[in-house]
Amino acid sequence: MEKEADPGEEQSTYDPKIIAFCCNWCSYAGADLAGTTRLQYPTNVRIIRVMCSGRVDPAFVLKAFALGADGVIVAGCHPSDCHYINGNEKTAMRGTFLTEFLEEAGLEPQRFKVEWIAGSEGRKFADVVKRMVDELQVLGPISEEGEQ
Amino acid sequence: MTEKELVGAALVLGGGPAGMQAALDLAESGYKVYLMETTPSIGGTMAQLDKTFPTNDCSMCILSPKLVATGRHENITLLTNAELKKVEGEAGRFQVTVTRHQRYIVEEKCTGCGVCAEHCPVEGANSFDRDLAPAKAVYVPFPQAVPLVYTIDKGLCIGCGICEKFCEAGAIEYSMDAEVDTPIEVGAIILAPGYEVFDAGRKSVYGHGVYPNVVSNIEFERMLSASGPTEGHVIRPSDGDIPKKIAFIQCVGSRDAQTPNTYCSSYCCMAALKQAVIAQEHVPGLKTTMFFMDTRAFGKEFEEYLLRAENEYGVRVLRSNRISKVQQDQKTGDLVLSYIDGADIGEESFDMVVLSAGARPPEMARQLAKMLGMKTNKFGFCETDELSPVDTSSPGVYVCGAFSGPKDIPDSVAQASGAAGKVAALLADQRGKLVTKKEYPEEKSLEGEEPRIGVFVCHCGINIGAVVNVPEVMKYASGLPNVAYTEANLYTCSQDTQKKIKEMIEEHNLNRVVVASCTPRTHEPLFQNTVREAGLNKYLFEMANIRDQCSWVHRMQPEAATKKAKDLVRMAVAKASQLEPLPQPKIPVTPAALVIGGGLSGMTAALEVARAGYDVHLVEKDKELGGHLRTIYSTLAGVDPQETLSDLKKQVLDHQKIDIHLEDTVEEVKGYIGNFETTLKSGEKIEHGAIIVATGAIEYEPTEYLYGEHPKVIRQTALGGMLAKGEFDAGSVAIIQCVGSRNEEHPNCSRICCSTAMTNALRIKREHPDTEVFVLFRDIRTYGFAEENYNEAARLGVRFLRYDPEAPPEVRADGNGLEVHVDEKFIEEKLVLRPDYLVLNAAVHPNPDNKSIAQLLKIPQNKEGFFLEAHMKLRPVDFATDGIFLCGLAHSPRLIDESVSQALAAAARVNTVLSRPFIEAEGIVSVVDEDKCIGCGRCEEICEYGAPVVEEVSPGVFKSRINEALCKGCGSCAVECCTRAIRPKHFRSDQIITMIEAALADKKPEQEVKT
Repeated sequence: MEKEADPGEEQSTYDPKIIAFCCNWCSYAGADLAGTTRLQYPTNVRIIRVMCSGRVDPAFVLKAFALGADGVIVAGCHPSDCHYINGNEKTAMRGTFLTEFLEEAGLEPQRFKVEWIAGSEGRKFADVVKRMVDELQVLGPISEEGEQ
Repeated sequence: MTEKELVGAALVLGGGPAGMQAALDLAESGYKVYLMETTPSIGGTMAQLDKTFPTNDCSMCILSPKLVATGRHENITLLTNAELKKVEGEAGRFQVTVTRHQRYIVEEKCTGCGVCAEHCPVEGANSFDRDLAPAKAVYVPFPQAVPLVYTIDKGLCIGCGICEKFCEAGAIEYSMDAEVDTPIEVGAIILAPGYEVFDAGRKSVYGHGVYPNVVSNIEFERMLSASGPTEGHVIRPSDGDIPKKIAFIQCVGSRDAQTPNTYCSSYCCMAALKQAVIAQEHVPGLKTTMFFMDTRAFGKEFEEYLLRAENEYGVRVLRSNRISKVQQDQKTGDLVLSYIDGADIGEESFDMVVLSAGARPPEMARQLAKMLGMKTNKFGFCETDELSPVDTSSPGVYVCGAFSGPKDIPDSVAQASGAAGKVAALLADQRGKLVTKKEYPEEKSLEGEEPRIGVFVCHCGINIGAVVNVPEVMKYASGLPNVAYTEANLYTCSQDTQKKIKEMIEEHNLNRVVVASCTPRTHEPLFQNTVREAGLNKYLFEMANIRDQCSWVHRMQPEAATKKAKDLVRMAVAKASQLEPLPQPKIPVTPAALVIGGGLSGMTAALEVARAGYDVHLVEKDKELGGHLRTIYSTLAGVDPQETLSDLKKQVLDHQKIDIHLEDTVEEVKGYIGNFETTLKSGEKIEHGAIIVATGAIEYEPTEYLYGEHPKVIRQTALGGMLAKGEFDAGSVAIIQCVGSRNEEHPNCSRICCSTAMTNALRIKREHPDTEVFVLFRDIRTYGFAEENYNEAARLGVRFLRYDPEAPPEVRADGNGLEVHVDEKFIEEKLVLRPDYLVLNAAVHPNPDNKSIAQLLKIPQNKEGFFLEAHMKLRPVDFATDGIFLCGLAHSPRLIDESVSQALAAAARVNTVLSRPFIEAEGIVSVVDEDKCIGCGRCEEICEYGAPVVEEVSPGVFKSRINEALCKGCGSCAVECCTRAIRPKHFRSDQIITMIEAALADKKPEQEVKT
């Protein structure tokens, strides 16, 4: 179980999994709009809805990586658009901290993103997912040494 | 019901932000509402906007929750695609016939899935996207439309029958009658039909419709929208190139004597600035130039936006420009225009030109006026009175929004609440008579029960089923832990499935339900209602979004989509296993209000709340009522403010329900919405359910231009007083604008001073025609119909001299009197005036008392010191803290009619609180585990709603307690809490982590993380 994939096979079978925490009011609505307008993006993302991106505890992000997530997205309303006045400002601060922390822990910066996605930005949601999947395909699975 | 009895229902005409606000306020205050809209969806012009000024908020993000709230309100009936046919009766009891144009689709059956449009072979122009994108013959105007029901455009439809074949819901009926009449009975009518955008093509010198790269502001707005025809890309229509230079021409079809529209459209300056800023954000390196006559950035924090646009974004702002024509370079498609820059005339070429088209009265205005016997002004807008800005000339018929004159969204929304307040007062004794209150069975106890989950997987016709293997997902779900029942449905949202879900809950003793279908954003309330009807708490429900976020976005990957759908169901089931019933405690309401401030706004609000039937405590620090109004003697519209004041005072003093506390102030405020307890300085204690802050503002005491040093240098109020008392005598008067505003310390515009200048200048010219009047200005901001007064003043010979803030007028005095040196910018000459009086139009500054009131009520102020509302666009008179409202000059500088509108609005908002015997708190709130809490106060610090409060529970021991009536359930505090003592219900950490685990169940097992 420890070694499940042969590095040679990775290119073809590596199927990265992304956890995306989306706020109910903007980003989740943006993800819905991508659907309404039938934009196509890779199937790798699993969305967890929260009321506000400010609810996303850095511990959730760490937990996701610990459980094998290849990438994590925290998505909220654009600055000044927050449904709860300024929850996303807290997200932004925690995002900066997490980005640095994860990098120090040996994770590539492409694996964790804080994104502002409005309810009208279905395209942006699809693009963010697409881009991360592409980047993860290049990176491959998280290496054992990385998780120091 | 006898003939004379009033009807506790209202018709709201128009479903834009104003109409929706009026409908929601009335429905929340206990009245039945019919909301009529001519198009197939509510939302109005706002739905077409990309962003809103001055916050650059995403328009759809803030509008969409309002659409949904309106669409699902149990006391609001939507009558879309409709028009008013006949109105009979009188105030209190109207018989109305509404004609509904058929959609050829049965509203009750249509699920909004869109399969019909996908297969429709006919394409026409999309009017929502201003014809810039194609639309099918069967369509919804925009994806977030409410109601989400498709419509067949019979003009386009070729009757091929394809959509009928594909509609699994069987909703399509070609053979419906074209229209059907719906009779309704209401006690009052609110008109909110909005406005039409001026057809820029009518101003033929600008070439709209001829030169492809000349677009109108609303077309440009669609272009900027991420969901618009170009998906937010700014491109030249002629060749698809990205423009490098864009010109904005203002006042197209407004302030224009060559058109019927000589008034100012009020919002276009800010809208254009916003478009320039957003376009520059979209296109790096883009240069925008704005050709203004005057920059009319008169609203709250607008001037700061203008300054940011100029200084941070580099938007080029040119004043005193009315562009005479646009010429096209035939080869390149570029556009050439000549303009004025100081004394020079320039000519410049641009890649694109945006025309800021103004507002016109709505199409139906004339018909409405005729049908309702109501007066319109000479432009065709609804006529209102300065002191009753929501009353039409027809009793029982009220108006709000741009139909009463061009205005921006917050002013429209405030006026809408105000109109709702008037209706509530008119129909006060019918409150609650026609509304329905749904009764649910008692909730079953889950005590000692293991989770038994029912999973319902939806095919959504072919929307899900054609991509995701629904039977396989259903089978998979049946093997998941705690799942006791599974079923697949053609449409889980259909009426018969709701019945089935209830039966299955009963039959299989289910205590949690998961629906795998579309999005909780639109459908969660429906299913929550179903489980409630079966005796389950509504929070024992969870959704898996396998359509919008799965089948629709992975159409070419059925296998991977099926795998993802299984993951999503697994995650939802995992969360459902951990769901708990959440109580929604009922908080009693004291049906009384406290109004702080006894000026025009405070008195108006107090009177309106009292008229709706509630007790009011009006607290005024002065010896007498009246506030700032006491210093005003005339207005642009010609009413006598002093007469108004004494009239209003009398009504307030005489009203039995108003308790006046003069020479008193608020000392302490405890409690929360529904249950405030206030102690006044006099020691009196008041219990009340809501608060209105109407503390007004002050007139700036200038330190410049020799004010206070020379007796002939006076403020505008002194001039007004002299004119009113017949004490004015002068051969020449100079008036300086923007004294104490639009400067570094007070960057914003005081809004009212340009109108005040016109009022006084006109009065001088009319009463003393030989007196010379000079107005020294930076921009003339006589927005709306006040523009007429500006034109009139110019006609009567008032001289307008423009100065730059860098070179303000200089005032000198010697034995011979005053000397004013002006560096005139339009003619670029230095002039010297020798006026008998120098009048300073001093700014409106925030009341210095605001600070202490802000601390007492824990409400925010903006940088300048005015109070800051919950949302600058859609909640103009609410504070973020529930139960506290604001109006008048305490909000920002505003004219009399605007203050009255806001005061009526604040009263209406108060009514929505006081009309209920109790307030039902939200189930999704955060709670504190007091064993873990160390009372550090971090939660109290970061909460914008004042929900957590740290209390000393025993000597020296502090604990935080979250007031569930105030908590919005965002969960931010839980993350900040260093001891993890806060638990956000329904989004608990263990619930989220179980979803993460479920999502990653197929991944490698958790590895030790070495540190």
